[in-house]
Amino acid sequence: MARAAVLGRLTWQPATVAATRPETATARTLVLDVDGWTGHVPGQHVDVRLTAPDGYTAYRSYSISSAPEPDRLEVTVQAVTHGEVSPHLVDVAAPGDQLEIRGPLGGWFVRRPDDPRPALLIAGGSGVAPLMSMVRAATNPTRLLYSARSPSDALFTADLATARAASGGRVAVTHVYTRVAPPGWPTPPQRLDADALARVAWPRDADAVAFVCGPTGFVETAADLLVDIGHDPANIRTERFGPTGG
Amino acid sequence: MSSTNAGANAPWVDGNALAGPLGEIIGTDLTVAELTCANCRTSRPLAMMHVFDRAPGLVARCPGCDDVVMRVVHTSDRVLIDLRGSLVLSLPAPTA
Repeated sequence: MARAAVLGRLTWQPATVAATRPETATARTLVLDVDGWTGHVPGQHVDVRLTAPDGYTAYRSYSISSAPEPDRLEVTVQAVTHGEVSPHLVDVAAPGDQLEIRGPLGGWFVRRPDDPRPALLIAGGSGVAPLMSMVRAATNPTRLLYSARSPSDALFTADLATARAASGGRVAVTHVYTRVAPPGWPTPPQRLDADALARVAWPRDADAVAFVCGPTGFVETAADLLVDIGHDPANIRTERFGPTGG
Repeated sequence: MSSTNAGANAPWVDGNALAGPLGEIIGTDLTVAELTCANCRTSRPLAMMHVFDRAPGLVARCPGCDDVVMRVVHTSDRVLIDLRGSLVLSLPAPTA
C-alpha cells in the first residue's frame, strides 16, 4: 500500500456516498467518492466507520467489489441481522451521506494485475464481492465458481454476464445453487462438491492460483476439496467472514 | 493451551481483518508477514491466522494448533502487541 508507506500510518479518510445499487433483497452496493483515493488491488478491503450523533463509533471490514479506479470505489454489503454497521449501510445510507474509510487493506488475498497465472475464484454467498473486483479487472484467464442459495440470493448476476461477454473468452462464470435452482437448471440444488469443482478447475499443470471467499464453513470445505482434487495448497488463498460481522 | 473455541461456528475471522487495526499503528501491511508459532513451529502469513475480534483485545491463533500467536490490546494511550506465542516475525524486505 503505497499510500500508507508514503504517509506513514494508515488513517481514516472521509468518503461520500455517491450512489447506491440494490443487489438482492438484503445486499446493496455503495459507490463511494474518496478524494485522493489511488485505487486498490483486486481482493483488498476497506474498513468503514460510522459515528453516531453521541460520538459512538463502530467499524467493519468490507471488500471492494469494483475494479480499481482513482477517487472512487464500491463496497457491497450484506445486511447482518442485528448487526451494528451493515443494516445502516444496506437500509439507511443515502447519496450525499458522509462516512469514513480506512484502506485499501490487505496484501495477501489479492490478485495482482501482473500475475500471469490463471485463476480459479470460488465464492460462497456474499463472499463473491472481492472476487467480483478480480473478475472486473481480470487481465488473465479467470474462472469463477459461485455458490448461492438461490437465483434471488445471487449477487452481481447481470454484472457477471456483462464482464464475461466483454472479456473475449478470458472470464468464465459457473453458478451452483444450494437451495433453489432456476427453472430448467440441469442439476437439482446441491452443495459444492468435488465433481462441481473438478469441472471448472484448471489442469494440474496450469500453475493456477485459487481464491476462495465466503462463510467460514464454506471456505474450509472448498479449500479441502481443492486439495483433494490435486490443487497445490500453497496456491490457495482464502478469506472468511465469520458469524461476528455486521 | 488448546482452544475451546474451535468448530464451525467459532467466532473468528481471518488475519486479513488485522490489516486495518495494525496498519493504523505500524504503517505497514503486517498481514503478509509470516509468524512462526512458538508451539507447533509452523509458519504462516498473519492473514491465515484465526483472529478473535469480539473481545477486549484482538487475539490471533495458529490454525494448526490453536495456540495464541499474537495479542493486540489498546489502553487509553498505548497499544500493546504481545508476541510471546511467535518465535519469528518475518516481513518482506522493502523494495527500492
